[in-house]
Amino acid sequence: MDTPLIEFKDVTKRFGDRTVLEHVNLQIYEGQVTTIIGLSGSGKSVLLKHIIGLLKPDEGTILFRGKPLTGMKKRETSESLAQISYMFQDNALFDSMTVYENIALPLRETTNLSRAEIDCRVMARIEQTELGDAAHKYPSEISGGMQKRVALARALVIDPQIVLFDEPTSGQDPVRKNAILGMIAQYQRKFGFTAILVSHEIPDVYFISNRILALYNRTIVFQGTPEELEHFDHPFKDEVIKSIEGLQEELTGLYSKRQFKVLNHAQLKRRTLGETYSVAVFTLKGLNAIIATLGHEAAQEAIRSMGVFIDKHFSAIGGFSTRRHTSEFITVLPYSDLAEAEIILQDFVKDFQEQGIRDIWAGARKRAVTDACVEFTILAGIAQGQPIVEIDSVIRSAEQQQREIAWLWCDERR
Amino acid sequence: MTLDENSQKLSETKAGWQPGLILTGPFAIFGRAAIRWTNHLGASAVFLFLACLKIFRPKQLTKIVQQIYYVGARSTMIIILVGLFTGMVLSLQSYYTLVKVGAQGALGTLVALSLVRELGPVLTAIMITARAGSAITAEIGIQRISEQIDALDTMRIDPLGYLVSPRIAAAVISFPLLTALFDLIGIIGGYISGVILLGANAGTYLFRVQSSMEMKDVTDGFVKAVVFAVIVSTVCCYQGYFAHLRTDSHGAKAVGLATTSAVVFSCVLILVADYIVTSLLI
Repeated sequence: MDTPLIEFKDVTKRFGDRTVLEHVNLQIYEGQVTTIIGLSGSGKSVLLKHIIGLLKPDEGTILFRGKPLTGMKKRETSESLAQISYMFQDNALFDSMTVYENIALPLRETTNLSRAEIDCRVMARIEQTELGDAAHKYPSEISGGMQKRVALARALVIDPQIVLFDEPTSGQDPVRKNAILGMIAQYQRKFGFTAILVSHEIPDVYFISNRILALYNRTIVFQGTPEELEHFDHPFKDEVIKSIEGLQEELTGLYSKRQFKVLNHAQLKRRTLGETYSVAVFTLKGLNAIIATLGHEAAQEAIRSMGVFIDKHFSAIGGFSTRRHTSEFITVLPYSDLAEAEIILQDFVKDFQEQGIRDIWAGARKRAVTDACVEFTILAGIAQGQPIVEIDSVIRSAEQQQREIAWLWCDERR
Repeated sequence: MTLDENSQKLSETKAGWQPGLILTGPFAIFGRAAIRWTNHLGASAVFLFLACLKIFRPKQLTKIVQQIYYVGARSTMIIILVGLFTGMVLSLQSYYTLVKVGAQGALGTLVALSLVRELGPVLTAIMITARAGSAITAEIGIQRISEQIDALDTMRIDPLGYLVSPRIAAAVISFPLLTALFDLIGIIGGYISGVILLGANAGTYLFRVQSSMEMKDVTDGFVKAVVFAVIVSTVCCYQGYFAHLRTDSHGAKAVGLATTSAVVFSCVLILVADYIVTSLLI
């Protein structure tokens, strides 16, 4: 693998008698979204503040592109840190400045750009983060979600190569949480920066993260992909992930990906060879167009409504569902062969066309930034699996079978 | 060793308390306080030095002008009010005392010299401390506890240069100007009270004001104003900037206590500095 962009070697940090980080070793790679997960008060924000230089380690070394920060000349350190932006947990917006002035601040103070150039760059970020109407309002006059977007716009206005997000979704409702995570993922793809997140939002952060770092008992106990975390056997998983996932399930009714796999595995173990099960895959098509027209929050509300409708329908007949990708849901029908599943799906399609798609549109419209109409198309596909076959291949097969089951343009159905 | 570590060490010593230490106890308390104050004094001096260096950086002019508006221009009304009534009461008290010895002709001299040499710089500094100094501490303190100062750091904006230097520069410019205004209004107040209300001779009053004052009296008053400006702006900014390091409280309460400390320390230091500067200039 390439040289890590940021590397911690045996970093220890103490505040008085309390050790917050102990022999922390980690690597963060360029161009990726890396998420640091852990319980509240476990030192995640402290870890992040070491990267930006707000805190210095008591022991150990922090390397930036292979070079220790402590060994660098002042100018070199300053140049390295100038590539980094930081989005604070509580936004840290200047409440005596307007939204526009907050976003323009780093450009006004650290560059020699002309007023017109600054205006152009600030307005571009304001448009991208859907803050046009709030540009001349003060932070106290806008909602928490908008304040997050202002903080995000301010972090991105200098075109940083690395952006650190400290609990970007804290204090937000589930829809806004996913909207902010979606926004981070979208901008990361668009601008290509390296994103480092601190978050509790398990499993939602898995959808946008390339790598996960788990902080537990003052040290990093896991580094790897979200898929690798599924197979990670450690007390951290019981204490942190399962408890958070349990809460997630209570709130949404949907299983996490990991719970879904465990449940599926348990179901399959009970089956004998020759018995079959079915998998249905549902996708909301054209999510980017929905985001572009109605905004992130509306898109996330649409996805949430879709998940709730799917879960309500299939859990009543013994099925269990999870969200696999940003706009894709999977349902396992453990006791149905393909023929039965087809009939069940037809019932679902009828219900969905009558009510489900309208629920999705109604949910989206509540959070939409405009009154514009947008096309909602839902695809569904089913496939049959056997206990000996890996579920991933059955899901792929169902994806290939997908066809349009519902379409809506404002209140007009097809 | 930081101030907190120092205090902690001394507290640990206190844990091993013995009866024989009763006699030395007060000295230990005094010693601890002396160490704490020496640390604060040193830290404030470094704070002031670094902030002064950053006054002359680019892009500071706009911020200094803004601060002159907040610290100086917006204090004008309170200075006029306080100056007017100070001059009036000074004239009132002095007139009846001077009449007793038949020296009411010296009213102008007494009012003018008292105001220009002493009362003008001191009362102006105390009034600005109460109005603008407390606001500076509260504003910077809130910025500190809400991580706005950390945010400046992460944006590569020097917080000292951005928040503190313009305020010190603005205070150094505003204090002498407001002192001059205070002196002028005070003399007018003295005229209203002594001449218009009590019937002293107008020509004598104005002649004595003009003839008894030398340029040195005015410049000494301005020197004091500049010294007070440095003290007030440094103390108020320092208290707000380090509000998060207070050991007696946290959060909003720490900002409240920092504001109180800033006003109290500034007022005490103004009077202490007044004595020192007067004895040096006289």
